[in-house]
Amino acid sequence: MNKLQLPDYKTPDPEVAARFDRIQQRSVVLNVDHLGKVFSGGDGDITALQDICFKVHRREFICVIGPSGCGKSTLIRILAGLDYPTSGQLLLDDEPVEGPSPDRGMVFQGYTLFPWLTVKKNVMFGLRMTGHGKNFAEQEALQWIDLVGLGKFANAYPQELSGGMKQRVAIARALANKPRILLMDEPFGALDAQTRAQMQSYLLQIWRNVDITTLFITHDLDEAIYLADRIIVLGAHPGHIQEIINVPLPRPRSTDQFLDPYFLATKQRIEELIHPPVEDEQEILPMIRMTQSGDDIL
Amino acid sequence: MNPHTKWFAIRQELPKKRSILLGILAFLLPLAIWSAVSYVPGMWHPMVRVSDVGHVDYFQVGMLVEREVFDDENKYMQEAGKKQAIGEPSNPIYLPAPHIVVKALITAFQTEPIRRGEPWLHESIFHSVQVIFYGFMLSAIFGVPLGILCGTFAFFSRIIEPFVDFIRYMPAPAFGALMVAFLGINDAPKVAIIFIGTFFQMVLVVGNTTRQLDGALIEAAQTLGANAKNIVSHVIIPGIVPNLYRDMRILLGWAWTYLIVAELIGASSGISWFINQQAKYRNYENVFAAIIIIGIIGLSTDIFLSWIGKHIFPWENRSKSSIFVRITQFIKMQSAKLREQSANAS
Ligand SMILES: Nc1ncnc2c1ncn2[C@@H]1O[C@H](COP(=O)(O)OP(=O)(O)OP(=O)(O)O)[C@@H](O)[C@H]1O
Ligand SMILES: [Mg+2]
Repeated sequence: MNKLQLPDYKTPDPEVAARFDRIQQRSVVLNVDHLGKVFSGGDGDITALQDICFKVHRREFICVIGPSGCGKSTLIRILAGLDYPTSGQLLLDDEPVEGPSPDRGMVFQGYTLFPWLTVKKNVMFGLRMTGHGKNFAEQEALQWIDLVGLGKFANAYPQELSGGMKQRVAIARALANKPRILLMDEPFGALDAQTRAQMQSYLLQIWRNVDITTLFITHDLDEAIYLADRIIVLGAHPGHIQEIINVPLPRPRSTDQFLDPYFLATKQRIEELIHPPVEDEQEILPMIRMTQSGDDIL
Repeated sequence: MNPHTKWFAIRQELPKKRSILLGILAFLLPLAIWSAVSYVPGMWHPMVRVSDVGHVDYFQVGMLVEREVFDDENKYMQEAGKKQAIGEPSNPIYLPAPHIVVKALITAFQTEPIRRGEPWLHESIFHSVQVIFYGFMLSAIFGVPLGILCGTFAFFSRIIEPFVDFIRYMPAPAFGALMVAFLGINDAPKVAIIFIGTFFQMVLVVGNTTRQLDGALIEAAQTLGANAKNIVSHVIIPGIVPNLYRDMRILLGWAWTYLIVAELIGASSGISWFINQQAKYRNYENVFAAIIIIGIIGLSTDIFLSWIGKHIFPWENRSKSSIFVRITQFIKMQSAKLREQSANAS
C-alpha cells in the first residue's frame, strides 16, 4: 500500500513556529523537575514514574498521552497533590507543591460531583471552602455554569444530568476557584464518541474564553492532537517521557484539521511511539467453525 | 418472554400489583395456618374442653383435658355404666384462636390492671417506647460520631475498633446484673442494656458505611480547597447520610430485640412486664396481643422512617423531588391561581 506523503511534524508553518516561540517566552507555571515515583508494595517495588522533566508555560494546553499503565494517573495525582513523588520536585510558580490545593483544579475521569448538591451548589463548593461569602459564591457559580452552557440546570441534581453534562459541571467547579492550572485525567474517557467530540470542542471554547493553563491526560491520539499545544508522550515500564511534541497546527482549532497533513504526520509519529510495530509472524491456523459444516462462509 | 410475566426472574422487579399481592400474602399465609389449626377440628386439637363432666369426679366444666385422658376416663365410665363426660376438641391454652386474640387486642387496652397501681397496657407500651428511645438516642449520640471518626481516620479505627469488636461478642443481657448493681433497679439499667446492645454494633456499622463513601469525592473536595474539618462536615457526612439513615433503621430493630431482656432486669416493667404478668394469669390471648402490638409498632415506625427517608434525600432517586419542594410548588401554584382569580374578579 502506498504510504501517504506527509510533511515533517517537526517543521510547521512559520506562523505556527512563531507561536511556539511566543509561548516559550511566557512565564513557567508548572515546573516538573526530575520527578520519580516508586510504589513499594508487598511483592517488590514498582517504578511508576522515572525522571520526568517538563515545564508548562502560562496558558499552555498540554496533553499527556501514553499506553495504559504507563503512569499517567500517577503523574497527574502527584501534580494535584493527591499523591507524593519519591524523588525530584514539583514547583508551581516557583513554589514547591505540598498536598492538594485549590490553585490546582482537577477534573477526574469518574464522575465526582457531590450527588447531594445541586449543580449550582457543586460549583459554589470550592468558593465556599476557600472562604468566599455565599452571595459572591453564588454569583460566580452562576457565571461559570453559564459558561459551560448549563444555565438551565443550575438547580438540578447531578443524577439528572448526562455524563457529558456532569463533566462540564466538574470543569466549571474546578475553574470557579480560579486555579493556576487545570488538571484533567481522561475526563471524557467514559463518554461515547459523539459526546466526546462535542466535549472537546466545548473545552477548547472554554479554554479560548478563560485564561487557564491546562494539563490534560488522554489515551486518544486525535483528542491529544486536536486539543494540545504540546503533547508529552509517555512510555511504560517504567513510566518515562519518550518525546515532547509541538503540535504543528495553528489555532483556533477546528474539526477540519483532523485531515490536515500535519495532523496526520503528528498522529503517525505518536502512533510509532506508543504502538511500536509488532512482528507479524503469527502462524496461520485453520479456521475454527462455530456452525455445522456445509454452509458457505467464504 | 417478557421478564415481567415471570414470577421468578433473577434481579427483576415484579410488577407492582404482584409485589403488593405478595406483601399481603406474607401476612395472610401465617394467619391462614393459624386459623386452620384453630378452627378446623382434628387439624391439631390435642385437648378436649369439658362441657359436661358426666360422672368423672375431678372434671370441671371448661376444664382442658388431654384427649387421651379424656378418652380413658370415658372408657372407665362406660365400663362402669356411668354417665360419660362430654367435651369438644380444643387447642392448648397457649394457642388461642385468632378471633380471641383480635378481641384481646382491643380489650387488653380496656382491661383494668389486675392489681391497683399497676400500669395499664398503654402505659406499659409507652414505658417500653421510652426505654427504647433513650437507649437508642444515647447510642446514636455517641455511636454515630465515633463510627464516622473510625471510618475517616485510621487512628480512631485502630484504637477503637478492635476493642469494640471484642465487646460486641458479649451478649448485652450478660451485663444485666452488673448494670443493676451500677445503676439501680429502675429504668437506668434497662436503657443501658439497649445502649450496650446497639452502641458497639453501631460504631462498626457506621465505620464501615463511612469507609464505603467514594474516595474520589473526598479527593475532589481536597483539590477544591476543603480542609479536613470541612471534608468531614461537607463531604463525608452528607455523603453517607442516606446510608446512615438506613443503618439506623436496621439497628432500631435490634434495639427492640434487646428490649424484652432489658425490661426483665431489675424491676420488670413495660410491655415485657405486661406479657409476663398475663402469662402468669394464663391470659395467653393478651400475650399474643402484646407481641403483635410490638410488631405493629416496629413495622409502622420502619415504614414511616422509610417514607420520610424517601423525601429528605431528594438526590437519592431521580424522579422524586423532595416533599418540601413539592409542597412549595403546590403552594406557589395555588397562590398564583388565587391571584389570578382575584385579578379576574376585580
Ligand atoms: N497505589 C498504587 N500502588 C502500587 N502500584 C500502583 C499504585 N497506583 C498505580 N500503581 C502502578 O503504577 C503504574 C501506573 O499506573 P497508573 O494508574 O498511573 O497508569 P495510567 O497510565 O493512568 O493507566 P490507565 O491508562 O489505565 O489509566 C501501574 O503499573 C500501576 O500498577
Ligand atoms: Mg489512569
